[in-house]
Amino acid sequence: MFIGLESWTLARPEIFLAAAIGLLLVYGVLRGEAATPFISVVTSLALLATAVLLFMPYQEGTAFASLFVVDRLTVTMKVLVLVGAAVTILMSRGYFENAKAWRFEYPLLVALATLGMMLMISSNDLMSLYVGLELQSLALYVVAAFQRDTVRSTEAGVKYFVLGSVASGMLLFGASLIYGFCGGTAFVQISQALLGGKGAEIGVIVGLVFVVAGLAFKISAVPFHMWTPDVYEGAPTPVTALFAVSPKIAALSLTVSMLMGPFKPLFLQWQQIILMASILSMALGAFAALRQQNIKRLMAYSSIGNVGYVLLGLASGNEKGIESVVFYLSIYLVMTLGVFAVILLMQRRNVMVEGVDDLAGLGKTHPMLAFAMMLFMFSLAGIPPLAGFWGKLYIFIAALEARLFMPAVLGVLASVVASYYYLRIVKVMYFDEPTDALDYGSGFAVNRLVAFAAAILVAVFSLMPQPLSLIAAAAAKGLFQ
Amino acid sequence: MLTISLGHYLTVASILFTLGILGIFLNRKNVIVILMCVELMLLAVNINLVAFSVYQGNVVGQVFAMLVLTVAAAEAAIGLAILVVYFRNRGTIAVEDINAMKG
Repeated sequence: MFIGLESWTLARPEIFLAAAIGLLLVYGVLRGEAATPFISVVTSLALLATAVLLFMPYQEGTAFASLFVVDRLTVTMKVLVLVGAAVTILMSRGYFENAKAWRFEYPLLVALATLGMMLMISSNDLMSLYVGLELQSLALYVVAAFQRDTVRSTEAGVKYFVLGSVASGMLLFGASLIYGFCGGTAFVQISQALLGGKGAEIGVIVGLVFVVAGLAFKISAVPFHMWTPDVYEGAPTPVTALFAVSPKIAALSLTVSMLMGPFKPLFLQWQQIILMASILSMALGAFAALRQQNIKRLMAYSSIGNVGYVLLGLASGNEKGIESVVFYLSIYLVMTLGVFAVILLMQRRNVMVEGVDDLAGLGKTHPMLAFAMMLFMFSLAGIPPLAGFWGKLYIFIAALEARLFMPAVLGVLASVVASYYYLRIVKVMYFDEPTDALDYGSGFAVNRLVAFAAAILVAVFSLMPQPLSLIAAAAAKGLFQ
Repeated sequence: MLTISLGHYLTVASILFTLGILGIFLNRKNVIVILMCVELMLLAVNINLVAFSVYQGNVVGQVFAMLVLTVAAAEAAIGLAILVVYFRNRGTIAVEDINAMKG
């Protein structure tokens, strides 16, 4: 099969990123630890440049014998993933310098994981899906254990590795069954086979269930969420910030493009699974976070809850639903990056702290920072007129249009319960007496910048929600032609 | 005479896969056993892929099996590396001792 030039031009951003990673790796090996600050900044810039390359010029189509697809949805999701990864790399410096683990491998591993995510988002075949997913996962297992001299980080690595491999195994087992019963691994072939009546075969249904279970592991939807709190708590905080945004967005994008693409004919089958996972995630995210004292653990449950809302949008299965997924994920990215920028600033005499109580009195000692954190918490709780409210509103409107009344009501109730623990953080910051004030060092200027930029975006979003909703609508349209 | 059909291969593969999953969740002793169970799951997938490939007469499944083999090797290498750094910090790799975080 001849692979023409247009394949290479379609995959230009990925090729650029891969080449940049290779060059930077060589440079790092030659220069040693001294090159770390340079490499981390250049890697972030390379990730942002990749995001720009996605648009200049924008092209659509499939490449490499339809292993790889580029359309508006994949490009939008890739931009979110790239921005998330670039910002978390920039935010990591202070933390890793404190922990004496500021090594040049870290930004490069994150960039490799991001490359995997881009391949996974763009996959149009079970094989490219698997390879992209594993490129992402293998790099992420290593960064979870990156503070290799602490028990917590390495333990997070072990747990993430074991459960991640189980997830990949289940996904792969499902993929093998789908291949066997549909007669091919390309999404086009699967879709044709399912439309041709193969959908009723039990092997296909079992395969679909296994694939969805594997994906549910990766997006940490209930009942496959059990690794999330431990890994989020144990991993170094900048890595937790990364886990909460990029891999989650990439895996959700993959879930959307698989279920709404080749598996669209089985909508009634997978809708039940996704709805169940969605309701359980929203409920668990709300109730399990109530008694958490560690803020990273709390954010883990919060992210499980957020995945529940996104899955509700997916379960709607209409154009509005997919639009709301893209919309919600963009807002979620900004809010989560902001929250983690603040969490990364929490230190006392060069020791990072991560208890909710450690925020006590932040309103008096660092009023600006406390105000930014308060905006994020109100936004996550879904209080108008902040950005998080619009995200939830879009999801619930889509669910109501698809006549999913009960799940939408449950979602609103879960959101009410969840606002308790978001508001508790605000209460601790403003009404508890400061025990021992937090300070922050010089390596954290970027974090303050990210926190304030995200706070401004969250606050003024209501004034101009149109651009984002137009982008989301354009992304969703591609799936319904 | 009994001939070995696709169904037999699929049965063996699903038994192996189930053993792998059960081994991971029931095992309380050693993390190395978990790594072996992960490999068992991937081998079950490979049997599936190759059996389907031969049965349908298209080569895609065998290509997929090659990719799975390669990735499985990389995965085992990374898993063992993480296990080694964990052992250095903790001095044990018993599954029941992996409990620094609870809640």
